[in-house]
Amino acid sequence: MSEPSGNGGALVIVDGVEKVFHRGSEDIEVLKDLHLKVPAGEFLALMGPSGSGKSTLLNLIGGLDRPTRGTVSIAGERVDELSDRRLAAWRARHIGFVFQLYNLLPVLTAERNVELPLLLTHLSKAERRQHVAAALEMVGLSQRAHHYPRQLSGGEQQRVGIARGIVTDPTLLLCDEPTGDLDRKAGDEVLNLLQALNREHGKTIIMVTHDPHASARASRTVYLNKGQLTNEQMA
Amino acid sequence: MAGPANWISQIAAVTKFGLLSMPQRRGSVSAAAFGIAGVVAVLVGVLSIAAGFRNAMSASGSPDAALVLRSGADSEMVSGLGRPSTRIIADAPGVARTAAGPLASAELFVIISLPKISTGSDVNVPLRGVERAALLVRDKMKIVDGRMFDWGKNEVIVGLGAAREFSGLRVGDRIKVGRYDWPVVGVFTAGGGAAESEIWSDAAVLQAAYNRGDSFQSVYVRLKSPDSFNAFKDALTTDPRLSAEVMRQTDYFADQSTAVTKLITTLGYLIASLMAVGAVFGALNTMYSSVSARTREIATLRALGFGSGAVVVSVMLESVVLALLGGAIGAVLSYVVFNGFHTATMNWQSFSQITFSLAVTPQLLVQGVVWATLIGAIGGLFPAIRAARQPIAAALREL
Repeated sequence: MSEPSGNGGALVIVDGVEKVFHRGSEDIEVLKDLHLKVPAGEFLALMGPSGSGKSTLLNLIGGLDRPTRGTVSIAGERVDELSDRRLAAWRARHIGFVFQLYNLLPVLTAERNVELPLLLTHLSKAERRQHVAAALEMVGLSQRAHHYPRQLSGGEQQRVGIARGIVTDPTLLLCDEPTGDLDRKAGDEVLNLLQALNREHGKTIIMVTHDPHASARASRTVYLNKGQLTNEQMA
Repeated sequence: MAGPANWISQIAAVTKFGLLSMPQRRGSVSAAAFGIAGVVAVLVGVLSIAAGFRNAMSASGSPDAALVLRSGADSEMVSGLGRPSTRIIADAPGVARTAAGPLASAELFVIISLPKISTGSDVNVPLRGVERAALLVRDKMKIVDGRMFDWGKNEVIVGLGAAREFSGLRVGDRIKVGRYDWPVVGVFTAGGGAAESEIWSDAAVLQAAYNRGDSFQSVYVRLKSPDSFNAFKDALTTDPRLSAEVMRQTDYFADQSTAVTKLITTLGYLIASLMAVGAVFGALNTMYSSVSARTREIATLRALGFGSGAVVVSVMLESVVLALLGGAIGAVLSYVVFNGFHTATMNWQSFSQITFSLAVTPQLLVQGVVWATLIGAIGGLFPAIRAARQPIAAALREL
């Protein structure tokens, strides 16, 4: 995992970002002059009410969308300046995504779902198998490797999603409401897992949530409201 | 990371996911596949008529056989040759000979009306008067039922195609020729050629029946070899006693088939094109629904780093695979239904019916597959572009 230089150790630097969506003739300003730094190894929670812009911010950091103004740098690289093609390759190399609805491919087993990001690397089949086994082991689902998503509980599916997110050992793990679709028990298991990945494996994690119970697990929580950071709280 | 091998493996992976999810969309997939199967079946079916007709005509002549008509005539119907002329032709250089004489048959070509078995309506059937050499001039001639007619008697033999398509042509039946009824005494084959559509009798008795004196319309000739043709032609066209049109039989029959095959082929392409437009919309609909049903999956793959180019190609590949599946069904269907099917149609050059078997040739099947591929590619293009252009962030939240 590369470290940025000259930014006080910040892995993620969001600088003066604005994001405006156009709906018909109406302009909707979702993020307004937003500044945020996330140091490497941090577990950051982004909280805020619906429509506050937290998912939009996560998408900008993950290279899924581009800011209207301002810059987004990850590990010293200006993500907002990359072409679509290079951005796709960049995401494959640097970002692990965990989605609220897991977003697993129903036609693939857990093992094959976890293998997906590795298909974009030059790893051999045997190497991919090793990486997949290690990732499934890490999320405690080695025994469920050959099960299809429909054969897994919600919590298990999300753990497969996390295994897929970390299988390439990405620079940054981005989680969008990872417990939003789970009951408390399964949610806790997922949060335990994210916390362990952060503490024991040094993963930098940014998690969008509006569940205070989830944000309590993060090392820092920032609050967004109407597209601006309003508050910050350390664990 | 973005090398060609990587790109190909991306396409392979995304295509595989699409194909694996096809059973979940079996309704629209089947509708599109059968739409394309219909296009291919109709295209191949109609073109097999033209191919069968062309086959029948091309089987009618061999390179070492020639045909002589009156100068300016493009078919036997409008030709006329007197006995002196037919003798000059038979004695020309290049004509093959046996102990019995030159292999040349002066022939008379008239048309009689008979009901078609399939429709019951009267159609024009060719009745040909031949000389003894006729059987040797056409080396594929074979009596398959009954016997050869007796020379000098009012008897006929009929081609197998004619016996199958027109009523009253079984051995033992009688047909009306001029003012008299003549018995059918045999059925012959001629290698699938045009002669199989004809009824044959002795030219001399046919001349009498039709009051033609001693005139004929054509002379069919067997040459010593295909190379003898030029000498034969030069001798006849420079002979001041004769005004003749000399051609190889293969050229004559190819020319005879042009109008009908062109008409059928044009019709075939027209019908298939109209159906293909419908099939393209079917494929479009299927692929749009496929892309729509997999919006979140495709967005997930793109979020993970799969390129939009790979998504475009894989959606198109999925569409082409679907089309090929339909194409294969259509090709098999057309082969089973059409290949070898016996029919008859009007040959506009001779104003008479010609019987033939529909021919689903390998070339036609390849053509069907090419059409299916094109339909699939066109039907997949726009959905593929839509799939690749969807904003990832919004698509990830689609349910």
